[in-house]
Amino acid sequence: MPDEATRKAAHEAARGLRPLWADLHVHTVLSPCAEVEMIPPFIVQRARELGLGLIAITDHNTGENVEAVQRAAQGSGLAVLPGMEVQTREEVHVLCLFDTLDPLLDWQERVYGSLPPLKNREDVFGAQFVVDETGEFICMNERLLLASTSLSIEDVVSGVGELGGLTIAAHVNRPAYSLLINLGMVPPGLALSALELSHHMTPEEAIASFPQIAGWPLVLSGDAHRLSEMRANTLITVREPSIAELAMAFRQEGGRRVKLLL
Amino acid sequence: MTVQEIANALALEVAAGAAQLGRDVTGGYASDLLSCVMAGAQAGNAWVTLQAHLNVVAVAALLDLACVIITEGAHPDSDSIARANEEGVPILLTEESTFTVVGKLHQLGVRGSE
Repeated sequence: MPDEATRKAAHEAARGLRPLWADLHVHTVLSPCAEVEMIPPFIVQRARELGLGLIAITDHNTGENVEAVQRAAQGSGLAVLPGMEVQTREEVHVLCLFDTLDPLLDWQERVYGSLPPLKNREDVFGAQFVVDETGEFICMNERLLLASTSLSIEDVVSGVGELGGLTIAAHVNRPAYSLLINLGMVPPGLALSALELSHHMTPEEAIASFPQIAGWPLVLSGDAHRLSEMRANTLITVREPSIAELAMAFRQEGGRRVKLLL
Repeated sequence: MTVQEIANALALEVAAGAAQLGRDVTGGYASDLLSCVMAGAQAGNAWVTLQAHLNVVAVAALLDLACVIITEGAHPDSDSIARANEEGVPILLTEESTFTVVGKLHQLGVRGSE
């Protein structure tokens, strides 16, 4: 007689639901602070080694390397969601995730228009490489990407939502660039889909330190700036790795759900 | 007034940039938002903040600030200290609040550059 877990898994498979390990916060060499090893084929290889079924590429205020990682992942079974880590004018980092490249590129245009008209200083902040799917150099992104946009957090959450994407407040338990530290709370009424925890403390410790996050859907990501920082700690059960399904998982609808496992 | 004189007067701990303490301080700026610092601080300023991460060093180097005074006992990690030493950015630490430090700087004659 099959046990409860086996029966449940069989039942879910019949409904098309499957569990996916996800890391929704991965940088590439386009982020000035990321290591040069963060090129598409290595990211895909590391994701497969970790058993990840889903990653999101989230460089600082840009999405120009997303397509290269998607191409590198073709045929590997790894789903790559287009994303970006935007810095709001409150200096809060917000992950912006989309189903496809088109809305990401629309969003990127708005973000670029909201950045200060300054050039990156490679010697100070680091280089910003745009690469192809093999990791081959295409060009430098010359904008100062490690800067605040003029967009408020409300602008970001609503703007991404209007383009069909979803937003996750990044590393809310970190001492810098985080919603809880910079604003002191999750602003009431803000339509974030979830909060991301950084892994320097356990989710239990994070909730003890920041009681205001209790009840929010949580993800735990690597915020990887090097390959060894990618993580498989967030198990998402969905039909497919899409924005609509992720949103259902965060709301725990129709059997979709998110679980953190350390 | 030099960075060294300020460090002495406020009993600040020198965490990095000890070789650059003889530099003159042209004025002061206080903010924890790096975007404001990038827009408002002037070369040669002392910057007072409770932020202690790597980008603080990057912004101070970018703007050629005289020093960063990090308040409320916040402590930069070893990467940030190493970077500050490489860039020659004095990092000075105190347990006191930004408000108190700015008050003392003002008493010493350090003024905003606006």
